[in-house]
Amino acid sequence: MFQKWKDRVTVTDIVMWMIGGTMLLLCLWGSVSTIRAGLYTSSHWIDFCIFGLAQGSIYALIATGYTMVYGVLKMINFAHGEVFMSGPFTGYFVAMAFWRSDFLDTHPVLGIIVIFGVAMFVSTMIAYFLEKIAYRPLRSAPRLIPLITAIGASFFLQYLFRGLYGSGINAYPDIEILEGFWMIFGIRVLKIQVIVIIAAVLLMLVLYNFIMLTKVGKAIRAVSEDKEAAALMGINVDAMISTTFVIGGMAAGAAGVLYALMFKQVHFFMGFIPGIKAFTAAVLGGIGNIPGAMLGGVFLGLIESVAPALFLDGLGIIAPYQLKDAIAFSMLVMVLIFRPTGILGERLSAKKA
Amino acid sequence: MTKAQSLWNHGVKIGAIGGVSVLIIALVGMIESFGKRDIISGILPMGIAMALIICILVAYIAANKTPICEKSVKFANAVISGFVTSGFLALLVAIGRSFNIRDMFVGASPALYKALTAGIAGAGGIFLILAVGLICGIFAGILIILNDLPRKLIINALATIFVLGLLQELIIPIFKSWDFGVTNYLGKLFYTQNGLTIFGTVLAAVIYCIISLLWKANQDTIKTTYKDLPKGTRKKVKTFGFFVLAVFLIVLPQFLGLFLSEVLTIVGLYILLGLGLNIVVGYAGLLDLGYVAFFAIGSYVVAILTSPEIFSFGFNFWQALPIAVILGITAGVMLGIPVLKMRGDYLAIATLGFGEIIRILVLSDFLKPWLGGAQGIGAIPNPNFMGFQMVKPQHIYYLILAGCMLVVFISIRLKNSRLGRAWMAMREDEDVAQAMGINLVATKLFAFATGAGFSALSGAIFASKIGSVYPHSFNLFISINVVCLIIIGGIGSLPGVVVGAAVLMGLPELLREFAEYRMFVYGAALVAMMLLRPEGLWPEARHKIELHGDDETQTQTAA
Amino acid sequence: MKNLIRVFIAICFLFSIMAVPAVAGNVVKLEKGEPVHLAYWFVTSGPNTSLGMDSLRGAEIAIEDFGGKLKGHPIKLDGQDSMCGPEGGQAAASKIASDPSVIAAIGSSCSSAAKAGVPILWKMGIPNVSPSNTAPLLTDPASGPDFDGYLRTCHNDNIQGAIAAEFAYSQLGLKKAATIHDGSVYAESLQQVFSDTFVKLGGTITSQEAVSPGDTDMRPVLTKIASGGPQFLYYPMFIAESGHVTRQSKEVSGLENIALMSADGSFSPDFLKAAGKAAEGMYHSSPDFSALGDSYTKFLAKHKAKYGMDPEAPFHAHTYDAVMLILNAIDKVAVVSGDTLTIDRMALNKAMHETKGQKGLTGDLTCDENGDCANPKIAIYKTSMADIKAGKMSPKPFWKKY
Repeated sequence: MFQKWKDRVTVTDIVMWMIGGTMLLLCLWGSVSTIRAGLYTSSHWIDFCIFGLAQGSIYALIATGYTMVYGVLKMINFAHGEVFMSGPFTGYFVAMAFWRSDFLDTHPVLGIIVIFGVAMFVSTMIAYFLEKIAYRPLRSAPRLIPLITAIGASFFLQYLFRGLYGSGINAYPDIEILEGFWMIFGIRVLKIQVIVIIAAVLLMLVLYNFIMLTKVGKAIRAVSEDKEAAALMGINVDAMISTTFVIGGMAAGAAGVLYALMFKQVHFFMGFIPGIKAFTAAVLGGIGNIPGAMLGGVFLGLIESVAPALFLDGLGIIAPYQLKDAIAFSMLVMVLIFRPTGILGERLSAKKA
Repeated sequence: MTKAQSLWNHGVKIGAIGGVSVLIIALVGMIESFGKRDIISGILPMGIAMALIICILVAYIAANKTPICEKSVKFANAVISGFVTSGFLALLVAIGRSFNIRDMFVGASPALYKALTAGIAGAGGIFLILAVGLICGIFAGILIILNDLPRKLIINALATIFVLGLLQELIIPIFKSWDFGVTNYLGKLFYTQNGLTIFGTVLAAVIYCIISLLWKANQDTIKTTYKDLPKGTRKKVKTFGFFVLAVFLIVLPQFLGLFLSEVLTIVGLYILLGLGLNIVVGYAGLLDLGYVAFFAIGSYVVAILTSPEIFSFGFNFWQALPIAVILGITAGVMLGIPVLKMRGDYLAIATLGFGEIIRILVLSDFLKPWLGGAQGIGAIPNPNFMGFQMVKPQHIYYLILAGCMLVVFISIRLKNSRLGRAWMAMREDEDVAQAMGINLVATKLFAFATGAGFSALSGAIFASKIGSVYPHSFNLFISINVVCLIIIGGIGSLPGVVVGAAVLMGLPELLREFAEYRMFVYGAALVAMMLLRPEGLWPEARHKIELHGDDETQTQTAA
Repeated sequence: MKNLIRVFIAICFLFSIMAVPAVAGNVVKLEKGEPVHLAYWFVTSGPNTSLGMDSLRGAEIAIEDFGGKLKGHPIKLDGQDSMCGPEGGQAAASKIASDPSVIAAIGSSCSSAAKAGVPILWKMGIPNVSPSNTAPLLTDPASGPDFDGYLRTCHNDNIQGAIAAEFAYSQLGLKKAATIHDGSVYAESLQQVFSDTFVKLGGTITSQEAVSPGDTDMRPVLTKIASGGPQFLYYPMFIAESGHVTRQSKEVSGLENIALMSADGSFSPDFLKAAGKAAEGMYHSSPDFSALGDSYTKFLAKHKAKYGMDPEAPFHAHTYDAVMLILNAIDKVAVVSGDTLTIDRMALNKAMHETKGQKGLTGDLTCDENGDCANPKIAIYKTSMADIKAGKMSPKPFWKKY
């Protein structure tokens, strides 16, 4: 038994486990001392969790698009953050027009639906043309090359929208029905956050069922398993890849408006950081795996919100929220040390990863 | 395909694509803001020139793509697409004048319409745009009909004029700095305060034509003479060429003046970074998106050791440099260990995370007493070479040149070594490489360590050049830029790194006018470059074969 | 081959010796018709564009008012985007420093950019006047000779932070405060001055938090702040992050009703867009323009006529004064001989530091040896619902010390 174990484990494994173990211990120590110090009441912790869930569900929606594209093309779609930005940035002008004409006060639900429609349409179009122009001609090229076009497209789109809509501060108007609080089980919760979480969960359910149950979804899954075999089975691979981008774009557009409703400010650079985060979330959950992306997104949101207070406060580290991204990335590295293909990722062979 | 189909598919559709492109550059404000600078003084503003170039290019492509051989169809397609392209602009002017679209599109200003219509109000201006589009189409049509030689001459002569106009801010100061009678005279002959003179324009075109005709007539003889030389002499010619290049590199900053030397040093730093990442990504095939971490480590080590601001260690640059490089290498190994098992994109995101972690830690209030936090570290002394302070970009240039030469030398030696071949085997297929007896752990760690060492060297020079370090200077974009430049240059190729750095870092610095649109053009250029030349500008021979070989080798090149 | 290498090394050595001497002439010679070249390095892109553009407009009006010409030479103003951060400051300053025709620089907008860029400019002998860098360390004598060529026409945050603390402690009578900064030199030093003064006055600082630029979700950090139970929240950050904090502080239990305060970095109509209704009742510290005289009213009229709008940020007048300061000093030190104009930049720097009692829009400017030229009047402004509806920052100070 011991001999067998010894054969399989190398020095590097031990070093890696030591790194992971040390980080784990630090986290534990931090948590215990924070809780023992009693800095926060339970209602604070609940607040942290709700804020994290709302942020995380948006990450999850964007990550879904990332992961689907990865599934079919095996490439990092760096420009997905810009797909996310284009929708709500355009939707802003619709929202302002409605707001000025009081339409948002008289028909708020209809108004919000129209904003969603416009934003999702724009994001979808951007995603569709992105694939058609920048990725399709390079489908058989080595993997680094579409990565560079993706980076290029990302810059291009950012600065295109900056040029078109300007680089100043824009903020969505306050919509009356989304303001204020609800009391749920005696906990005061922001309306907008409840709506964001519910909407994101609904969208993800629809998306998941679409991929798992419909014929098109099946075809997309077939393409992501093996393009050539799928083509032999009579699946139009090009069309399925386009469909994937369209679906990813719609999810990103919807996520974008939810984001804009929650944080109000929209600008040309707003997609970059969520894009990176969503990418992280997708990898965390196991890239290519849709439930994994959702899980990864929520996990990341929670880590960002809870971890700085929980892990670092007790260790006496000042201004812990400045370090939240560092914690998130450390968590990522730690997860990848123990599961090199993410939480739900399958053990991919070298060719696929 | 019938003629009518072709007219629709190639004339109208390609024209529409061109129209959208022209609309985009008009609406992002490029036409308006480049309108302040003239290509030809008083006649052709740069913004309009860009619109015209797109129009002609689109018409030319439309005609070129036409599968029907009849020249009349090609000509018709060119004219139609030129007309359609200008139609989009005409539509924009018509709509913009009658409705207020400026709330949404900030670039749709009256100044833009004025620039587009040459100040003619009413329907006259719109007809002018359409007429110009038509003329562009006809011009492109004529180009298509012409023979090869005159077509090339016309296109290249026009390109020469455009480039001369574009780079006037650079060329005029060089003329001025020499301050001889001849150069002053030439400067006045070609340029006014804003744009080329008309005479200069014509002269430049004529000179270009003469030179290219002469070259065409003689190029075969020159090439064959070189080929016919005996082997020994050819080698001597090569050595001599190398020698001339070396002298040229040494003399270069003395002639270029401050600004161009500054650009050279920026390019040089990126060459150093690129050469390092080239080992990690190009040779070993490990996609590292957190490369900036080592650059930051190199900079901060030099800053902490030499600057009196936080600790007064009182090191000088030359003492701090080896420590910076060694710590960089150590950090490379430390990063390497946890990511050993990760592959492909998992590796990319983990390294990206590492880069961000370093930046955030350096920025944090928590580590402020040791690393300076948001306030950075200033007062880093300039390197001192045998009692000589290296202050100006011209001086730093030599430091960077020396660094580059060292790194190029190491790279070349490594590439052909046992380790280099192990890297390449690993790049092609990790599992097979392991089966062949390559120790993956050591090989990977060596790659990370070498790359990190070069990057730290670059960072060290950067810190002492700029005199201060800030966490914000070490953001993700540096990593992304370096990845882009080695791929644009041609992955795995050393001259490619130099070319990539010059094109991606040097050119945007030179085109000062582009400041606001720099990233816009940069992004578009990255996409275009990868679509047109996926193997890079100066590819390694093996990669070129892979990309242009048969399909089976292509799908297997997992990087 | 060996010979070749020897020759090569010899040539290398020769040229390294030949390299141009370290400090080149700090004298700029202008031939007839060549312009007097001033370079700005404001922020002209990103969320703080209004800060830089506002300054640029002030500079343009100043040059117009000066007559557009200096001893027969036209005045040329061009510049670089310093992007409100050290990396932008380094890049912009390197570019300006590599242009030998630049006589003096105006900028930067943000202190982070200045801290990184000023030493680069001064190394090449270019003096710099800033209209809006308020971080104390820039004119602190301890900063060393790198900042000898630096002057500013705006207030020093040692004053602004102290006034904010006095206002919170004495005027509002609040004893517990918390601060947030965004890792910029400006916000970090301003909140530090505030905290130090507040503690000195007898108050307690419950926590000093930090966020990263570009963060949007401030609720967790605000929840952490709420756990300390502060009565006053001071976050002297720029527009985007201040907007997020303002909005989200209303949504975090425990912070709904506490007093909020930001500083001049976000004193702009754009901030009202970013913060929306949540800005009602919050405080800003900013220069007091109501105390200025007729010349400022005239300036406003000119501004409106030229650009079709009112100023967007608080530093247009300081920029106007900065440009005037430079031009007056150049006028003093420039030597005319025939058609050429000779300007010694060292003498220019000295002349600027010796400026005394220059009449400016923001008061009489007298520079001290460290480069502080301002005669600061800082007031506290309070935003009302009417201001938010009108989309303008309140024009009337709510409280002032003097």
